[in-house]
Amino acid sequence: MTTTTTTTTTTTSKLRPLYQRPVLETPFYSSYKHLIQNDQYEEWGGYTTLVSFACEGQEYFSVRNSCGVYDLSPMLKYRISGPDAERYLNRLVTRDVKKMLPDRVVYCVWCDDNGHIIEDGTLFKFSETEFRLCCAEHQIEWLLDSAIGYEVDIEEVTTDIASLAVQGPVSCNVLKKMGFSGVENLKPFQLATFSLPGFEVMVSRTGFTGDLGYELWVDASHAAPLWEALFVAGKSRGIRMIGSAALDMLRIEAGLIMVEVEFMSCFHTVRHLRERNPFELGLHWLVDFEKGPFTGRQALIEAGKNKPKRRLIGLDIDWNKQADGALIYDSKDCSTQIGEISSALWSPVLKQNIALAFLDAPFYEGNKAMWAEVYMHRECQWERQVFECRVTPKPFYSPQRKTLTPPADL
Amino acid sequence: MQQNFNTIIIGGGHNGLTCAAYLARAGHSVLVLEAASQIGGAARSRTIAEGSQVFPAAHLLHSMPEKIVNELQLEQNGLQFAAKHIKTVSLNSNGAVIVIANNQAAGDQLTAGDIEGYGRFYRDMQRFSKALVPVFDKVAPELAIESWRQKLDLLGFGWTIRKLGKFHMREFLRIIGMNLYDLMDEYIENPQLKAAIAMDALLGSEWGARSMGSVLTYLYRQAGELRNQTGIALPCGGMGAVSLAIAQSAQQSGAEIRCNSAVKNIIIDSGKAVGVELETGERILAETIVSNADPKHTFLTLVNPDHLGTNFVRQVNNLRSKGKAGKLHLALSQQPEFKGLDNSLLGERLVIAPSMDDIELAFNPSKYRRYPEAPIMEIILPSVSDDSLCQNGQQLLSAVVQYLPYDDSVDEDENRADMLKVLIGQLEQYAPGISELIIAAELLTPRDIEREFGISGGHWHHVELVFESFMFNRPTPLLTRHATPIGSLFLCGAGCHPGGNVMGIAGRNAAQQVLRGGK
Repeated sequence: MTTTTTTTTTTTSKLRPLYQRPVLETPFYSSYKHLIQNDQYEEWGGYTTLVSFACEGQEYFSVRNSCGVYDLSPMLKYRISGPDAERYLNRLVTRDVKKMLPDRVVYCVWCDDNGHIIEDGTLFKFSETEFRLCCAEHQIEWLLDSAIGYEVDIEEVTTDIASLAVQGPVSCNVLKKMGFSGVENLKPFQLATFSLPGFEVMVSRTGFTGDLGYELWVDASHAAPLWEALFVAGKSRGIRMIGSAALDMLRIEAGLIMVEVEFMSCFHTVRHLRERNPFELGLHWLVDFEKGPFTGRQALIEAGKNKPKRRLIGLDIDWNKQADGALIYDSKDCSTQIGEISSALWSPVLKQNIALAFLDAPFYEGNKAMWAEVYMHRECQWERQVFECRVTPKPFYSPQRKTLTPPADL
Repeated sequence: MQQNFNTIIIGGGHNGLTCAAYLARAGHSVLVLEAASQIGGAARSRTIAEGSQVFPAAHLLHSMPEKIVNELQLEQNGLQFAAKHIKTVSLNSNGAVIVIANNQAAGDQLTAGDIEGYGRFYRDMQRFSKALVPVFDKVAPELAIESWRQKLDLLGFGWTIRKLGKFHMREFLRIIGMNLYDLMDEYIENPQLKAAIAMDALLGSEWGARSMGSVLTYLYRQAGELRNQTGIALPCGGMGAVSLAIAQSAQQSGAEIRCNSAVKNIIIDSGKAVGVELETGERILAETIVSNADPKHTFLTLVNPDHLGTNFVRQVNNLRSKGKAGKLHLALSQQPEFKGLDNSLLGERLVIAPSMDDIELAFNPSKYRRYPEAPIMEIILPSVSDDSLCQNGQQLLSAVVQYLPYDDSVDEDENRADMLKVLIGQLEQYAPGISELIIAAELLTPRDIEREFGISGGHWHHVELVFESFMFNRPTPLLTRHATPIGSLFLCGAGCHPGGNVMGIAGRNAAQQVLRGGK
């Protein structure tokens, strides 16, 4: 076994010693900091990220109507290479990695021996011996321990690579204007490399918004010229930086789950039975029992024998009050709790009150009526209301352009 | 490709052979595959100089229960003892000698307080060791108990602890996590006596007398010794004779034993072990595979990691299995003379550990992967009791030497030669003139032991006997009751409960679990 980790400090924060700057800035920060109007930050993976730049509503609509750009750089990135890379990954994740073609990306989850989800993420395949795994939380320890017995190199490259998500109906057009000719032929989950003066840009047709969109990946040293080129090309197309608040609205409409919101990594749960398996999250399509052994397989076979005790579903709730954290009951008098909401949104594009919710068996199946108990803080006073709701299919919003190849040239 | 066997046992150590014997007696067709040219594992004999037999790992039998000796009819199969109830004799370079036999300690420099204190210590430790006996013979119960059998086993253990009475139960719970260094201060003053007693807790261990849990390992060894009528004993022909007797018993019941048959990997199909592939490429199939190899070798070498979860591999990889016991063998031209030692005591177990501080000083450098300046030793001269071991009036000296670090980052061969000089120099202080008697000398470091016996880390007990690898956690929480995450694959070596020393219980219990289908 050969395993390597590299830790390099980001090149953008040399101003003060690290202990005085506990939160790092991404390689794009200096490019977009002049756009920050309202000082709403949150920490992600040791980096400062923007909750919103100016107005989360405008940022949201930029993705649905034109082009929004999200700074993905804090995303954890691991280079997995070596003769056993494919075999290693096939044991790590629940999907069949052998089925992947080169220059493709797949969404995947990985579990511990008990079949409990550790994390979800995207896996990029460059060749049979060269992959990249991207996810939201640190995984190096698990990845290294999983490498015992394999000839594989695991290297954390988070700080080496800068990335931007370019999402929205005109995103393809903006990239073409940057000179990425042929980018329109990229199918969903396909990747290709394009050139800008002096450096290369990897483009994958991936995203977290449920819309047409791409993600751009460059060496961190090329972050500033990439941002410049992108925003010059997108200026006439209403391009706009977006923060995590808008991204959260977008991903809820797309029915996409988020770690620490829809599920806790089983490494972080303290309470018994708070771990989640893929079936409970509706990710059974990611679990391939036919592919041979993988970590958690035996436990998942056992878990798969019965219907899950709870499952993540989409809810459509009456009225227009966003039902954040609401408990779900089987009757209007709220006598028996049958579930709870993990993410809620009054969807601007659908004009519908939607939520991702966990419902106990058997309520996640069928068309039983149920009620959400919503608490609202109105002028310094809490009010409680009960709204009827019903299970509705996910994704809530899925425009045709999301998968259309080539997309309309707007 | 052939399938002739119900069970294949990987490794012909004493536990593998014991398991084979029990399974064969239950009607299984059993094949034992041993990598070396002879069976016995750490309990075997070989020559060091012409006409001199040594036992390169274990050199005394003290923990094999009467039950196994009788059930496998080992005496009918050739197990004889050259010496039984061997005493412990502590040597000193100043000639002070202490003789310990059961509850008696004798020596000119011992005070009445020391002798009385030792008597009390012995009595208390016997009481507590007996409380451990119920868990010793049985397969360790799980923490989340499903079966009634396990519930009864755990209740039985609880009951023997409770039966100690309120005072002694509290005392048991007080001392069980303590270190021997502190505990003996409560009983005895004489430093040499304390050190001689402490040796029993430390032989084969990675840790010193002042380390956590040394009381537990002491009680553990005592509990082992409680279960036979021979005490510390030397088999005729050496430790190899024990393995040969077990092998003969197994063969009589129909087991087949093949030497020079190193297993390359375990063949797994749909999560179930179905056979083994030998280094020669030969594949042999069986319904059940039992591994006498240590857990690390079994799961990190013999099993393709594709079939194992990361949590499991992580636990196995983190097992503490770096041995610190070396083995010194000297072929001598005649009997040596030790300072202050009457020749009638030459056949006893001689201990070089002048004080508890000397034990700690021998231990300390090993923490930093360095060799001690004055190692502690357990010495026997087996040829004094068994003259068949040597010819031409030669004598054999066999010593367990602690603490020699396991360090694979350095080339050990140079260190080995230096260490051998240190050891002979040290022996010279206790037995002046001994270096002139040496015909042949050999020092086995933990790395040599790893190479010679295929034990990962060269650890005698396969896995350190400590709380974290004790009972239902031995060797790891995911590997208890001899079953493994691979269907039809069982463990039967010293890495399993109760583990360690030449005992045979792990082999016997593994056979029981195989017959019960792992339940």
